[in-house]
Amino acid sequence: MILKTKLFGHTYEFKSIREVMAKANEEKSGDKLAGIAAETAEERVAAKVVLSHLSLNDIRNCPAVPYEEDEVTRIIQDAVNETIFNEFKHMTVAEFREWLLSERTTGDMIARASRGITSEIVAAVCKLMSNLDLIYAAKKIRVVKHCNTTMGLPGTFSSRLQPNHTTDDPKGIMASVMEGLSLGCGDALIGVNPVDDSGESVARILKTLDEFKQKWEIPTQICVLAHVSTQMEAMEKYNAPIDVMFQSLAGTQKGNEAFGLNGKMLQEGHDMMLTHGTSVGPNVMYFETGQGAELSSEAHNDWDQVTLEARCYGLAKHYDPFMLNTVVGFIGPEYLYDSKQVTRAGLEDHFMGKLTGISMGVDVCYTNHMKADQNDIENLATLLVAAGCNYIMGVPQGDDCMLMYQCGSYHDPASLREIFGLRPIKEFECWLEKMGITEDGKLTPRAGDASIFMSR
Amino acid sequence: MEKNLKAIIEQVLREMNITPGSGADLAASAVASAIEQANTSVVEDGFIPDVTEVDIKTQYLVEDAENKEAYAELKSYAPCRLAIGKAGARHKTDPSLQFRAAHSAAQDAVFNDVDQDFVDNMGFFTIQTQCENKDVYLTRPDLGRKLSDEAVDVIKEKCKKNPTVQIYVSDGLSSAAVAANVSDLLPGILQGLQSYKIDVGTPFFVKYGRVGAMDQISEITGADVTCVLIGERPGLITAESMSAYIAYKATVGMPEARRTVVSNIHRSGSVPVEAGAHIAEIIKTMLEKKASGTDLKL
Repeated sequence: MILKTKLFGHTYEFKSIREVMAKANEEKSGDKLAGIAAETAEERVAAKVVLSHLSLNDIRNCPAVPYEEDEVTRIIQDAVNETIFNEFKHMTVAEFREWLLSERTTGDMIARASRGITSEIVAAVCKLMSNLDLIYAAKKIRVVKHCNTTMGLPGTFSSRLQPNHTTDDPKGIMASVMEGLSLGCGDALIGVNPVDDSGESVARILKTLDEFKQKWEIPTQICVLAHVSTQMEAMEKYNAPIDVMFQSLAGTQKGNEAFGLNGKMLQEGHDMMLTHGTSVGPNVMYFETGQGAELSSEAHNDWDQVTLEARCYGLAKHYDPFMLNTVVGFIGPEYLYDSKQVTRAGLEDHFMGKLTGISMGVDVCYTNHMKADQNDIENLATLLVAAGCNYIMGVPQGDDCMLMYQCGSYHDPASLREIFGLRPIKEFECWLEKMGITEDGKLTPRAGDASIFMSR
Repeated sequence: MEKNLKAIIEQVLREMNITPGSGADLAASAVASAIEQANTSVVEDGFIPDVTEVDIKTQYLVEDAENKEAYAELKSYAPCRLAIGKAGARHKTDPSLQFRAAHSAAQDAVFNDVDQDFVDNMGFFTIQTQCENKDVYLTRPDLGRKLSDEAVDVIKEKCKKNPTVQIYVSDGLSSAAVAANVSDLLPGILQGLQSYKIDVGTPFFVKYGRVGAMDQISEITGADVTCVLIGERPGLITAESMSAYIAYKATVGMPEARRTVVSNIHRSGSVPVEAGAHIAEIIKTMLEKKASGTDLKL
């Protein structure tokens, strides 16, 4: 492999694949904070040139953390189908990019290739893609998963209803659930981020959600986004009904340790879902990720945030999740500075997740100390639907009173479906029609009236 | 519109058998000038209601709701934007503008500096961290935890040495929080400490400060307890929320768990004057127990 090139006659020499990978990234404040970003725009392009000539074999042989030291690396490397890898390993990253984009390459062919590559390869090709490349390639890849209902089928676009509350008040949570449902939101999941991460409190919220779901016969999934150990306690000790089990992931073992997590716990959670969970399955896990998480716990091993994010998906794949979303603008301006960087990261994450074989959603969001606003994330949501994203989030008017950030509104999934001619998950759509909330794929005049759920 | 009106009037005049060119011309021109006046907007006195004063817990914008009263009662338990109706699949105009107003306050609180006159009037001198501007502050949290060399010298020169308690104010992520709370909060704390006869050092203002800067300040002043009053990252419910981080003998590199936090200080949360008394009490306990954060049971 060659780690040297010239640009305008000027020599650029990189010391390692790690340096090439970091410097080939589009500009991100998090890579600068880590001190690993390209110093100039030209150096960035030089790194991309060098990266484009590396083989997939070179990239696979240079994991972000050595195999012996890191269980995430082991999970990713052990999952590689060696027969498929052998077919691809002599391709350069440039050739792999063009293979993905080629009119002869179908979604099924990409799904097969996905079994033979590592997360570092996924990240490498992402770095050579423009934003429209990311949309174009991701659009080809369809990932369909089943829990109680089926997500990701052609012609559908789903949403997670996120009825968070500042004190986990059950009445307040249900008021928000009703509003979201009345606007056609919630076919992917009704999922609450709890304030109180205790087994008892989490079980109480789950039971409230489940009771409502049963009473109104809503074909969807429910979840409370507590730590995996808390959810296991809620299930075992308090008999909590869980359709999908949640966990935040990082892309290194050390990063997961900062979350109080390891692969064994995830496996136990997954196995308990199969023996104690309330859903049909087989896909019973839900993960959240986001660029920058590893650096924030100093677990990045001097690697860039795009590569580490790809490794989250590699780890997630091991548990074959129903859904995964990157929480793309939550972490703050020291990792993603402005709307341009958030937009890029959202498209990167979505593409990388799909190329890994994950049922991808995106929490298009921003905090108030970022240079971004609601217009920017409405733009990103629109781009993601064009890219074939499985789902986005909905909260009341985009304002999450508990997590103190803004994301998609309960209104947005319905708006985007109407614009793109898409529908929610079939069973959920039938339910919406039965309730008089939608008709022919559009919200009815009656939609938005949450008080219809107060009648029984 | 104007043309249509003219045509209608001319037709009416014709039907009344008044031909143009007769005395009716005068009447016609009077009508024309009246029309012109009606097309010129007149600025009236009065105010359009303040969209930021709407109580989102009671606002109900869904027309002809089936069970309005029952849902209005339920939604009063949720501090979020519910029963906001829709325009097609989009938001209605009023809630859209309410949201924009809330976000504008949040952005101004983050991106604008604290008014220097306010700092001067409080009698504070100002020092700066290693962040040279707001952009560096937002993207380099590490530099917001370190004082500039000049700042270190100024503290050494101007501050009382080894006070029992060192209190200072910092902008953090909300200049609005400083402006809204400090003039009530700080006197509240000082009064409380005075009543306990606890000695207080020289207060000052740290520009572009993160919470961690208090550790270096504690080391320089040699205070037993250090307390920073700092602006929180704004949400859309309020941009004026402030927190007090308090630590017993803080040192650079100590675990975060050694800080005690009093958060959510603003006019509709923990009211500044009362929060001040509460903080003074915590400081007293800290000095008695010689501990803070998770080491201190309050």
